[in-house]
Amino acid sequence: MTAPSVLPPPPPAPHDELELLLRLGDDRLVLGHRLSEWCGHAPILEEDIALANVALDLLGQATMLLRRAGEVEGKGRDEDALAYWREAVEFRNCLLVEQPNGDFAFTMARQFLFDVYAVVTLDAVSRSTNAELAAIAAKALKEAKYHVRHSGEWMLKLGDGTDESHRRVQGALDELWRFTPELFAADDVAARLAAEGIGPDLPALRAHWHELVHDVVERATLTLPHESSHTPHLNGGRAGMHSEHLGHLLAEMQIVARSHPGAKW
Amino acid sequence: MADPLDPAQSVAEQAATIPGDGQWPVWEVFTQSEEGAPHEHAGSVHATDAEHALQNARDVYARRGEVISLWVVPSAAITASTRGDAGPFFDPGADKAYRHPQFYKVPRGVRGL
Amino acid sequence: MTQTRTAPQDDPAKVAEFEARIAAGQSIEPKDWMPERYRRQLIRMMSQHAHSEIVGMLPEGNWITRAPSLRRKISLIAKVQDEAGHGLYIYCGTETLGVDRAELIQQLLDGTAKYSSIFNYPTLSWADIGVIGWFVDGAAIVNQTVLAKASYGPYARAMIRICKEENFHKRQGYEIVATLANGTSAQKAMVQDAVNRWWWPSLMMFGPSDANSPNTAELIKWKVKRRTNDELRQRFVNLTVPQAAAVNLTLPDPDLAYDTESENWSFGRIDWDEFNQVLRGNGPCNRERLAARRKAHDDGAWVREAASAYAAKQRAKQASEAA
Repeated sequence: MTAPSVLPPPPPAPHDELELLLRLGDDRLVLGHRLSEWCGHAPILEEDIALANVALDLLGQATMLLRRAGEVEGKGRDEDALAYWREAVEFRNCLLVEQPNGDFAFTMARQFLFDVYAVVTLDAVSRSTNAELAAIAAKALKEAKYHVRHSGEWMLKLGDGTDESHRRVQGALDELWRFTPELFAADDVAARLAAEGIGPDLPALRAHWHELVHDVVERATLTLPHESSHTPHLNGGRAGMHSEHLGHLLAEMQIVARSHPGAKW
Repeated sequence: MADPLDPAQSVAEQAATIPGDGQWPVWEVFTQSEEGAPHEHAGSVHATDAEHALQNARDVYARRGEVISLWVVPSAAITASTRGDAGPFFDPGADKAYRHPQFYKVPRGVRGL
Repeated sequence: MTQTRTAPQDDPAKVAEFEARIAAGQSIEPKDWMPERYRRQLIRMMSQHAHSEIVGMLPEGNWITRAPSLRRKISLIAKVQDEAGHGLYIYCGTETLGVDRAELIQQLLDGTAKYSSIFNYPTLSWADIGVIGWFVDGAAIVNQTVLAKASYGPYARAMIRICKEENFHKRQGYEIVATLANGTSAQKAMVQDAVNRWWWPSLMMFGPSDANSPNTAELIKWKVKRRTNDELRQRFVNLTVPQAAAVNLTLPDPDLAYDTESENWSFGRIDWDEFNQVLRGNGPCNRERLAARRKAHDDGAWVREAASAYAAKQRAKQASEAA
């Protein structure tokens, strides 16, 4: 038994801040990578360029976040060491972003759900008590606000377009919905960070996210899947328990770097 | 081909005029590079409506951060003079010296004119 | 393709006036009168150029997911994205000649339009990304700098924008090459191998030699082209030889020699049989490239339709609200 402490609770260990940076950074690295798979294969030239812009923003954010993660960790790892030399179980991204692209409707539905999540979380992180983190989030927030405008418009176009597009995007939403509770699940790390005002209070952000998603989904003549269809065990990403897809993504991403240990590029 | 920008057309007519292998209407894009500068023609994009055209213009013509404002205009809405018009349209302007301030004499020493 | 139609007879007086304008260095704008043959040559040349940008996204896009650092990955996406943008600019320019982009793309997909033969070669290692930036973009810049002075206004303006944006492409390529050339022995071997594979196809990019280039004289007269294929090829070789030497790479041509009199690097014989084979569709990747473009186009059809249908519904809604 420990005696009741007269001291305030200890500040989050550097480990917590590192976790947060990896979660934010890996989400963007993995989703940026997924979007870059579209490069040269989009439905129309204008969209090829648009998707590449979003991929570039996300990879730029990932670079900043992972670089900062390396600094906080203090073991001399830079953003490339973290991106290219970690195993799948060491990645901290949510399961949503690692899901394969599927068709354009699937990619856009995945993007839209993430973009709204990014806007609400970055808005919170931009007011973090951690100045470095707040600055990165503030910059990323501007980008995310454009991303959601882009993916939101596509939700409307596909939802209220043709019968085929409606069927496809509704199917994508139904399929992806089970990955959304994870976005707002707070484990001990997230709870400590939120209590200290460093990280976002995820459970508290869910209602706002839901409202924003619902608004677009309704205007797009789509319906939100029932919560009951959620399978509760799909939330391991933040602890490194991923879907099988991530390993394949990383195998491709890391192959050149890992074939030449110590080489410079 | 029917005018894809005419709001009076029925949905069915519209769908018939723009099949998947047809194309979205063309929009002309004008960009402003800094506060107070004029909007200049940058190029064009294909898009289905104004918001879509604005986003495509942003993604295509503003990706290097040299743009602070965008205009998009349906190409079909632009009326241009032709080279045949050039003589009657523009030559008469060339000898109207009285439209320029230098044409007018001002007494010595008077300022602010 | 457009040229298969027989050209109508143009009014000789108008042709003379047109050619006088070209000779005086004026630029031709979309609504100006132009000989039908000028229009068709431009559509052919501009659409080939645009198609090349679009197909050119594929060999480099092949390495985006495997780029070995975040910096390289980001630069490569930006570069491939620029190619989409440049294709778009040139298609837009071509549309001012009264042809739809959809029609031009259809010609690419059904194999009746050509694109640069270079993109029918495979990208086999990361070093190819560096060498493509250095050689292929280097060659393209030599070409496009000249095209920026082409007589057709929309083409020239697209080229000016493209040249400005492409400045970084060649440098990012050469930076990759220089890094590999100064790297591990495996990296050095990788980049020398890439140089060996891409050198000759890059020289072929400038097209057939002047003796076998039937369109050149007319295109030069009309200032659509400003230099012959051989002149541009020579300029490229002269620029590239010292760049290779600077990073201790060799070019795979035993006949390469400096001619003090002409101040040119003379080079060996280009294998025009290979060039013609690739043009005829028998290059290593012709089928894959077109198949990839067709798949993207076909898979995207329902998306393009959906966007059109949505816009039509919105317009109908607005119209009924206004009524």
